[in-house]
Amino acid sequence: MTIDQSVALAPASRAIQLIGTDLTEKSLKLHLDGLSGVDAVGLESRAAGLATRSIKTTSKVWALDTIIRLIDLTTLEGADTPGKVQSLVAKAMNPDPSDPTTPRVAAVCVYGDLVADAVAALGSTHAAGGPTGINVAAVATAFPSGRASLAVKLADTAEAVAAGADEIDMVIDRGAFLSGRYGLVFEQIVAVKEACRRADGSYAHLKVILETGELNTYDNVRRASWLAILAGADFIKTSTGKVQPAATLPVTLLMLQVVNDWYRLTGEKIGVKPAGGIRSSKDAIRYLVTVAETVGEEWLVPHLFRFGASSLLNDVLLQRQKITTGHYSGPDYVTID
Amino acid sequence: MSFLEYAPAPESKSILHLKKSYGLFIDGEFRDGHGTPFTTISPADESPIAKISNANASDIDTAVAAARRAYDKVWSRMSGKDRGKYLFRIARLVQERTRELAVAESLDNGKPIKESRDVDVPLVAAWFFYYAGWADKLDHAGLGPAPKSLGVAAQVIPWNFPLLMLAWKIAPALAAGNTVVLKPAETTPLSALIFAEILQQADLPAGVVNIVTGAGDTGSALVNHPDVNKVAFTGSTAVGRAIAKSTAGTAKKLTLELGGKAANIVFDDAPMDQAIEGIVNGIFFNQGHVCCAGSRLLVQENIHDEVLDRLKQRLSTLRMGDPLDKNTDIGAINSKAQLERIRTLSDIGEEEGATRWTAECAIPDKGFWFAPTIFTNVETSHRIAREEIFGPVLSVLTFRTPAEAIAKANNTPYGLSAGIWSDKGSRILGVADKLKAGVVWANTFNRFDPASPFGGYKESGYGREGGRHGLGAYLQSGWHAESQRALPPAVGSPAKPVRAAKKGASK
Repeated sequence: MTIDQSVALAPASRAIQLIGTDLTEKSLKLHLDGLSGVDAVGLESRAAGLATRSIKTTSKVWALDTIIRLIDLTTLEGADTPGKVQSLVAKAMNPDPSDPTTPRVAAVCVYGDLVADAVAALGSTHAAGGPTGINVAAVATAFPSGRASLAVKLADTAEAVAAGADEIDMVIDRGAFLSGRYGLVFEQIVAVKEACRRADGSYAHLKVILETGELNTYDNVRRASWLAILAGADFIKTSTGKVQPAATLPVTLLMLQVVNDWYRLTGEKIGVKPAGGIRSSKDAIRYLVTVAETVGEEWLVPHLFRFGASSLLNDVLLQRQKITTGHYSGPDYVTID
Repeated sequence: MSFLEYAPAPESKSILHLKKSYGLFIDGEFRDGHGTPFTTISPADESPIAKISNANASDIDTAVAAARRAYDKVWSRMSGKDRGKYLFRIARLVQERTRELAVAESLDNGKPIKESRDVDVPLVAAWFFYYAGWADKLDHAGLGPAPKSLGVAAQVIPWNFPLLMLAWKIAPALAAGNTVVLKPAETTPLSALIFAEILQQADLPAGVVNIVTGAGDTGSALVNHPDVNKVAFTGSTAVGRAIAKSTAGTAKKLTLELGGKAANIVFDDAPMDQAIEGIVNGIFFNQGHVCCAGSRLLVQENIHDEVLDRLKQRLSTLRMGDPLDKNTDIGAINSKAQLERIRTLSDIGEEEGATRWTAECAIPDKGFWFAPTIFTNVETSHRIAREEIFGPVLSVLTFRTPAEAIAKANNTPYGLSAGIWSDKGSRILGVADKLKAGVVWANTFNRFDPASPFGGYKESGYGREGGRHGLGAYLQSGWHAESQRALPPAVGSPAKPVRAAKKGASK
């Protein structure tokens, strides 16, 4: 199909600020195609270098607690039930019953229809976007494939927000992106962002999932990251967790570099969320190092960095117990959720 | 506490089994030298590590005689297949003792453990594995049928990559069937002496490799020894020139790998984040103690400010300190003398009008340290743009067109290496073709592989090390040997062309 490049795009403020008021498919494409390329070998070797940092003793203690504070504790299964969500929330509020000093996670992440159950289970612990407590994040826009009409995606989003979701994890239309219809992807993100608007005029936080495993090249990841930020994303997120490869260190490093570029350009801080495949403390610490050495450690706070994970939490708890007690316990000393 | 002030993560020294003193390794055993012993120190805190024997002329005689005996009686008669077995064994032992060698290297040299552990020692093993494979395939090295070994090789190596330079020298020499007398640098003898223990462990026949320690006079006695057939030197251009003079007119075959002042050229279409990494790796790897370091950054004028901004942000995350800490990026300068040279040249840079910027780093009280430094507003006539500083000091120059970049890159007496950063393949190939440098890296820098030849143009030396080409430095061509036999002895008259001589013989 041919793409009409002269149609004006939705007037997203960031895009207008950067590209100008004559925002069209063509001007957007020119901007995205003009980005500096990514050398895959160099990117991967930098990530491998960051992964060799040795985080010990006091640094490790701080890192483990920080990882817990940055986790979006996630359950995204077709078999999820209200009972499963209740159990997940209990775990989020009190990750290690044997140690009350254990911090809470940042959010629980569920499918849209289970948002009300999550909110109910959290009760007074529900942060609702506030500084303390736990947020509820919902995946929306026909997650994970994104294959639905815009109307369905918007309804999906609005319903989750109405049910009390504080954060929306949307997926981009990878098919449209790969066929070069950047304007369509852009318009959809802008529209979903608008659907995140609550009755009182405030917005649920929008995380835009690029599904980097389907974008195939690092150049595409860089373009998609810029596209999502220009359209209004609060967070850019690597993956749904349903496609392999999910989050990798090089991809996350690249997205952090884009966030750094945006910060240098505008002074505005965008969040990054690697999701899927981060299962061990050791792995998660490598991500902390990468964040701290790329954009700075002020990014290691819940509104700027998250881990999308489920099994990661228990490994961090085991490591934490080892540091407290001096010996390794085992899987039976941490709770399943 | 800030997370980025990572808690100390030092590699333990307990893996080392250091002796209080080390002798010379001659004829398969350690023995005391006849010169005045010296102490090798750790440049990070100036603490003594061990006492090292000093070889005088008589020790060199003994070592060369041992190498000659081993050549005549054992090594030159051994099949390539069997020589290869010894080299494979050495490579495996290096791998087994990787941690120990890495700790020794960082302790004695001052380089960060992450480099000695992840770069130096793995490459040492790779070099021995690579040339082990060649030992029984010399007929296929492109040097004609049955190329001949040369005899005894005298090898003198520098202090910047002590063990790696040893491997670059010893592995091809042994694969080609030569025996060796090697002198490590006086500030970094430790890893070579531990390597000597590995040779004992590998049961390498006595005298095939001899390691003699000492300073410049020891090296001079070695390369000038009359019974040496081959001289291989890596180090400064000044010493290289002296060696070239002293070996001129002798039958000694000579290869020199000397200084450099490499241009690292960044075009405006370069992959920016990776180019920044490449600039950092190009000049701050191993504290800039790299002959092929990218010490002249040539950056396209329209991206100069952005590159400098990003570079400074990146440099502020580099961690300088204890070489044995696994998170250290920049270690200690190898010696007081080298530190003085870096300081002097940097001061000259300021006097000449260049603008100096130094990363904020806490400098330890003891030891030899120099924080990463960038000079901007550098002109091609400045000494910091022409002379090899051999330290963590980058001179930044600009260019407007590819032709100007090429002209500036080639405007140096050296020609060891160069780097090109661009997303455009045709530009990389076009520019690489016109650079007068032995190694040209594209979108990377300071990458080494045993299969790739390495060496320079002009004052950076001659001969190639590594790859198939590296064998040529230690072999006499099979064709050459044939043609020499066919020539009649030259008696005071100009040598006749080979073809004419053959014609005469057939008549």
